[in-house]
Amino acid sequence: MSLDPATVARIATLARIKIAPDEQVRIAGELNTILDWVEQLKTLDTSAVEPMTSTVEMVMPQRADQVTDGGYPNKILANATEPVRVSTTEEMGGFFTVPKVVE
Amino acid sequence: MIIEGKTGTWEIVVGLEVHAQVVSQSKLFSGASATYGGEPNAQVSLVDAAFPGMLPVINGYVVEQAIKTGLGIEATVNEVSVFDRKNYFYADLPQGYQISQYTRPIVSGGRLVIDLPGDRTKTIGVTRLHLEQDAGKSMHDQSPTKSYIDLNRSGVALMEIVSEPDIRSPEEAGAYLKKLRAILRYLGTCDGNMEEGSMRCDANVSVRKVGVTEFGTRNEIKNVNSIRHVMQAIEYEANRQVEALEAGETIRQETRLWDVARGVTRSMRSKEHAHDYRYFPDPDLLPLILDPKAIARIKAAMPELPDAKKARFVEAYKLSPYDAGVLVAEQEQADFFETVAKGRKDPKLAANWVIVELFGALNKKGVDVTNSPVSAKNLAGLLDLIENETISGRIAKDVFQFMVETGKDAASIVAEKGLVQVTDTGAIDAAIAKVMAENAAKVEEYRAGKTTLFGWFVGQVMKGTGGKANPAKVNEILKAKLSG
Repeated sequence: MSLDPATVARIATLARIKIAPDEQVRIAGELNTILDWVEQLKTLDTSAVEPMTSTVEMVMPQRADQVTDGGYPNKILANATEPVRVSTTEEMGGFFTVPKVVE
Repeated sequence: MIIEGKTGTWEIVVGLEVHAQVVSQSKLFSGASATYGGEPNAQVSLVDAAFPGMLPVINGYVVEQAIKTGLGIEATVNEVSVFDRKNYFYADLPQGYQISQYTRPIVSGGRLVIDLPGDRTKTIGVTRLHLEQDAGKSMHDQSPTKSYIDLNRSGVALMEIVSEPDIRSPEEAGAYLKKLRAILRYLGTCDGNMEEGSMRCDANVSVRKVGVTEFGTRNEIKNVNSIRHVMQAIEYEANRQVEALEAGETIRQETRLWDVARGVTRSMRSKEHAHDYRYFPDPDLLPLILDPKAIARIKAAMPELPDAKKARFVEAYKLSPYDAGVLVAEQEQADFFETVAKGRKDPKLAANWVIVELFGALNKKGVDVTNSPVSAKNLAGLLDLIENETISGRIAKDVFQFMVETGKDAASIVAEKGLVQVTDTGAIDAAIAKVMAENAAKVEEYRAGKTTLFGWFVGQVMKGTGGKANPAKVNEILKAKLSG
């Protein structure tokens, strides 16, 4: 598999990373060396091996269905850019705001 | 449904993706409240807002709810399933990815039997059901330059239920959604409220010439928030595709929005490049391993579902499949009917009263059966009075009106208003004699062969007794007297 600059541009768009056209060739080369390495790994026969999901033998922990969290909109909005408060009391919460996204 | 085009006949092919919000106290991966309508961002934990270093922990009850739903659609519950990240950028998705299940869903391969007109049924395959997080809510109408974001819904558990492309008409799509909604509500795994968004539907629509086996290029319609709109959107989209294809255009696979106000679907441009979600297993979560014993335990505790209940109503109460179908559409309606019908000689009478009189009255009042002014016990009491001939069926309708208005029981209304049926043949004899004496000319006409007057005589006698005479007895005695 080999990436061309157009594919790099597309990946950059999906990842919201700005990559100038003159950088695309270089980055395509770098990504290709990673892909080549993956290609090399793929030559190994792993048909009899279960995918490894954890380095420790453990079962995923589960929670009981109880409300134990939330109720602190002031903390949630503490670092928000230009939040809009619905009330002067902090517990009443408010909104994050972003530049208008319209469909 | 077949569309007659200019170049031939076309068939609609539809698959539905339903997002059903799981009924639970807290969210899928955090302990924040999952209830609808709190103050903005007041039901958000640091996990839901994707603060750095926060780790998801799965809600065991939500897993149970998914298993229950899987069993309810006769599907395979997979003992091993995996959570993946679905990556995309949007302002109401703070993580930058949605935790979902991609290659290994918790449930696969189910089916749903839908009810169609004329007591026909059709089986629609269900490809899969998987668990995933809901996103936050964006509001675009609060400010001219900003979109407002509320993360209360962010992280709430959803079941995405995907059908096979087995649906062939808007009607079948509507029937599928109704049946799925009924099953979810019977199981208590989703409240099925499409207006509040706890059940949402995307429709994949394509068309092909009748006889062709390959599928056409499909479009996905999003943003449809009622069963009626789903049906309208499918119908519009299918006709649009036929027109485009017949005009020599090709259908481009895209996401379209249903525009309620204009009644059309339109292209959703922002999604054009967004279909590459770069799924990969979420490194924060281990595979979900289910204990077969736990699945068996849930299976043993399953309630009776709509199809089974319908079959039992037809069998045990001798109802028509149609009436049984109406009653089982909501569990509360079915329970109401059973309370009224239990131990009754004529359960069909109970069905008629519940479906025609009660549902009619509830409809007029705009309330559902759980808020009925007439309790099941009181309706049963009214039917008892009909069956033991205390009142006639006609009087019963008047009594029922009083019951709807006052909430009182039938016996006390009958006593209060003096509506007890006259079965005393003496009183009926007297009323008949009076009518015949006052209408001697009509009696002659009847005896001369104009027997169609019989109904008129019955009416007069009923009127003379204030409607309280037993109609069967009136018929019997009147016939004898008139024949001379």
